[in-house]
Parts: sequence; C-alpha cells; structure tokens
Amino acid sequence: MDLSAINPALLLASLMVAATPILLAAIGELVTEKSGVLNLGVEGMMITGAICGFAATIETGSPAIGFVAAAVGGALLSLLFAFLTQFALANQVASGLALTLFGLGLSSLLGQDYVGLKPPSTPQLDIPILSDLPVLGQILFRHDMMVYFALALVAAVWAALKFTRVGLILRAVGESHDAAHALGYKVVRIRVLAIMFGGACAGLGGAYISLIRVPQWTEGMTAGAGWIALALVVFASWKPWRVLLGAYLFGGVTVLQLNLQAAGLAIPVEYLSMSPYLITILVLVIMSSDRSKAPASLGRIFHASQ
Amino acid sequence: MKRRQIMTGAATALALVLSGGAWAESHSDKTKVGFVYVGPVGDGGWTYEHNQGRLAVEKEFGDAVETVFVENVPEGADAERVMTQMALEGADLIFTTSFGYMDPTINVAKKFPKVKFEHATGYKTAPNVSTYSARFYEGRAVQGTIAGHMTESNVVGYIGSFPIPEVIRGINAAYIHAKKVNPDVTFKIVWAYTWFDPAKEADAAKVLIEQGADVILQHTDSTAPLAAAAAAGNVIGFGQASDMAEFADGPRVSSIIDNWAPYYIQRTKAVIDGTWESAMTWDGIGPGMVGIGEITDKVPAEVKAEALALKDSIASGDYHPFTGPLKKQDGSDWLAEGETADDGTLAGMNFYVEGIEGDIPQ
Repeated sequence: MDLSAINPALLLASLMVAATPILLAAIGELVTEKSGVLNLGVEGMMITGAICGFAATIETGSPAIGFVAAAVGGALLSLLFAFLTQFALANQVASGLALTLFGLGLSSLLGQDYVGLKPPSTPQLDIPILSDLPVLGQILFRHDMMVYFALALVAAVWAALKFTRVGLILRAVGESHDAAHALGYKVVRIRVLAIMFGGACAGLGGAYISLIRVPQWTEGMTAGAGWIALALVVFASWKPWRVLLGAYLFGGVTVLQLNLQAAGLAIPVEYLSMSPYLITILVLVIMSSDRSKAPASLGRIFHASQ
Repeated sequence: MKRRQIMTGAATALALVLSGGAWAESHSDKTKVGFVYVGPVGDGGWTYEHNQGRLAVEKEFGDAVETVFVENVPEGADAERVMTQMALEGADLIFTTSFGYMDPTINVAKKFPKVKFEHATGYKTAPNVSTYSARFYEGRAVQGTIAGHMTESNVVGYIGSFPIPEVIRGINAAYIHAKKVNPDVTFKIVWAYTWFDPAKEADAAKVLIEQGADVILQHTDSTAPLAAAAAAGNVIGFGQASDMAEFADGPRVSSIIDNWAPYYIQRTKAVIDGTWESAMTWDGIGPGMVGIGEITDKVPAEVKAEALALKDSIASGDYHPFTGPLKKQDGSDWLAEGETADDGTLAGMNFYVEGIEGDIPQ
C-alpha cells in the first residue's frame, strides 16, 4: 500500500469536478419537487442536455454557447413532461419514466454525427493571486466556471426559497395547490416554470459530463447520474445545502475509493465500490432525522375543477 | 372530463410506444436472429463491434434473415425478460453478448429448446446453447509489450471492469509481456465494476494518471479513458474492443479489435442450413477474431517491429502468451520452463501471476 501516491490537493480538486453534474441536476429537481411535481425524467433531460451542449459546442466552438444550448435543450424536453402532467393530467411517475426513455433515444439520434469528436476545452478560471496560492489555489481556484456556477446556484436557490416572495409562492404551491389556487396563484403556470428550471439544470449537469468531465459524446454516457440526483434530493430532505453536502460527499467518496484502489489499500474492492452510495445515504439519513417532510402535494395531480 | 381522459389515454399510448417501439414485427419465413447488448450500439467499443457483426449478417444474407437487437440490457433479471421476449417473438438464433448474461441465457434456453442461443465469453453450454469468445489475451500480450517499452514512469494503469477470468487473463498477459521488456514496470489496477460508464471510466483514468501512470490500459467499453488520457497529455492508451482510431492522432497508439462478423455469419448460416450444433469456440489472432489496430508513429520503429513480430508468432501458433516459467502471485509454481497454459486453466483463471501487486476481489 502506498498512500503517499494520493495527492490530497488533487483529490479535493477532482472531488468538486466529480460532484458538479449531480449537484446541478439535483438542485434543479429540488425546485421542481418543491413546487409539488415529481419528475423522474432527470436522466433523460441530462443526456439530452449532454448531446445538445456537445453538438452546440462542436458547431460554434464555444463551450459557453454549448452550456446555454444544453440548458435550453433540457428545458424544452421537460416541457413535454409539463404538457403531459400539467395539461393532460397524466400520471407523473409514468410520464417521468417515459421522459427518461424518450430522452435516451432522442439523444442517441441527435448524437449520430458526434461520436468520436473532441470538443474544444473549457477554459479554467485563472484568478491572478488566488489561483497561485500554494494548496488552496489548486483545490479551490483552478476550476472551470461551471463548478462555481453550481455553487452559486445552490446559494441562490436556498436564498430564493427562504427569503423571497417567489420562493414562498413556490413552496405554497408545493404544499397545498388547492390553497394556493384559492389565493389566486396560477398553480399550473408556476409548476411549468419549475419543471423547466429543473430541465435546464439537468441539461447543464449533462453537458458538464460531455464537455468537461469526460469530455466526449457517447450514447448513454450519463449512465445513471440522473437517478443518483433524484435520490439525493429525497435523502437531502429537499434542503439545498444538504443537496450540496450529499453531492460532494458522493463525488468525494467516488474519487477517493478509486484513489484508494490505485494505491492498493487492503480493503476489499466491493466495499470501496459501494461506499459512495452507502456513506451518502447514511449521512443524509442521519441528518434528516429531524422529521423534515416532502412537499405535501408532491406527485399529486392538480386541476382547478377539483 | 372527457377531454382529460382522451389526453391521459394519449399519454399512456405514447409511453407504450416509447417502450415497445424497439420491437419489429416478426415474419415467420425468415430466419430471425436476435442480439442482446449490454451497452449502447454507439459506445465505440464492445457493443459497437457486436453490432457491426449484426450488420454484416444482414448484408450477407439480405432478405433471408431478419435481425433484431435490444441495447443497454442490464445483466440479470432484465436480460432474462428480454431474451424470453425475443424467443416468444420468433427468434431462431439469439446472441447474448456479455459475460453476465450467462445464467439468464441458460435459464431461457431451457424454456425454448428449439431456439438456438450463443453466449459470448461464458463457460456454460447446453444442447441449444453455444459459447464463443475471442482470445483477447493474445492482443493484451502485444499491448503489454508496447506498454512496457513506452512507459517512462514505469507505472502502467489498468482499468478493470469486473474481476472475472476474461479480465484477469488480460491483466496477466499484459503484465507478463510488459515485465519481459521492462523489469521495473509496475501495474496499478482499478476495478470500475461496470462495463460502460464513461464518467466513471474517465475518473478512474484520471486517478491512475494522478498517481503516476503514463500508460493506460482499459478493459471497459467506452472511449472515455482515452479522452482522459488526451486531456492529461503525455499519456498513451489503447483502443479496446474497437479500433477507436479517432484518437489515433492523440493518445491511442494501437488497439485490440474484436471481429465478430465471420463468426456471426457462420453460425447464422448453420441455423439456416439446419446444421447448428452446440459448441465452444475460442479463437484468437490466428483465425482473425482478434485484430491488432494500426500501431501509430508515436511508438518507435523497433518497438513496433517487436510488437508485430510477437503478434505474428502468436498468430502462427509458434508462441503462446502464457509460456513458462511462470509463477503465481503467491510464489507457487504454475508453469514449468517451456510449458504452456491449457485452456481449462485459462478459462477459469482467478489468480495473478508473480509480480502483480494487490488482491483480486473475490
């Protein structure tokens, strides 16, 4: 065993990269679920965002445009879900699963011409003094923009939900759509917007995988990250900062276990392999013992006539 | 209310179409050949090559044959469901193309004695179940030779999928031949526990590179490790299962190519002619089931010549990649001087050879 081969600074830096896709997708899904809608199509929206972002980056040469395209792509796909559940009043679980299947198929169709291409690299942020700090600089200040964007988004969602009127309305719709409706809020409109926000975030998360973390396009490349994000929202009890903690924990243990394997640690690999799931669930379950509850209207169909 | 019911009906129908759309209609007069894939056909590696084999079957027999495939089928209960569905829809021959489909294939084959099954890389047969595999370890020997010459840090990173004999054979073959040309070489092995997960494969490659590896060998299906090697610079890798030539101007210096097309055509023909019999096929570089992709100019000419000479001697049968003297990891004797490994030992290989560090997950 040679633990000295593991560089803690590099480990912490790659932790942030590994966590960012699920963090983005999870924070979007959190907003959707706070509005009372359960969208199981995260995986489908992520993979669609991954190919939209990849294709746009290849065509324009600009990763920034790629990320915008990914957000738009994810949001457009989520509109399909919004139509099915908010206007056609279809079952949310079934529609969400269908959305994932559809997204996987659609993305492989869109991606036909993009297999094997290499995207232009996304510039890393280079802050003159901070990036040059001995250890901290490497861990904290030498990432691409999206890592910081994801962090800022978590803070923004937390602040919006807690302090703003918009957040209050969103939560009201999610807790009791009938009461919110009686007060004159447009329940369906608010939910559609929340669904689109979730779709855009999932799209960004997907594009982060195809543009930065891997970076290339391969069919089915999100490989279940969307489901992890979904689970994360539940185990984080619908709280933004816990989503952040969960995502970093999951990303961190994933990278750490690979490092420990490569260093030849004498723990059976099976335990290392399951450790990201186990540790993340354990920590978040212990933290959620304060009886935080799901939004009361989560998954329920709303129609003004009922 | 009525409008809503119609819309709900439409949504349900949409969902059904989405999940059921992959199934084509069956025609009884044609020979129907089914393929079960573990990854997407666009993975650029393992499943891609199996699908190339399927397309070759279509091209060879034209209208006489109809092929169907289902991709991204998890190993386990889902696989059994997919195979049963294929058999029910009239498939005459079904190729199940991943190690983890072994027991599902045997189970389903019992229920459909008239349907022929072909399971890739497994070791269980039945009157209507054949197994077929390629001697990838022959290609690994060539890779190991190149890796041993090319590494400057003397650390070779190896991304394993699952600790099964096929993967362990590959590690051993690569290590033996890397060690032969470079006594200082060490292998760092990471088990990804997946055949296909680009993000995880990329992470594994990055970790190995961070820990000093400058050659990456992979036994997973996507091109992500090569992309990670390209991003790191000064790191080389190999195409796995498919040529992955798109990385040829970057990190990819050679590749192992699986060529299933001749086998698939031959077995389909056997079903059409009614001569199909259960068999265990295990072919290597010689018969052409394993190909070595072009070695790029990054590799010095003399190393390239040495690698090609090794390839030729394996193809002609003059040399066996597992030739003694070889010891097992625990120091016990395995093969005496000049002795070669028998297929039975190779098929069930569950030990490292001497010199590899770490334990095989049990």
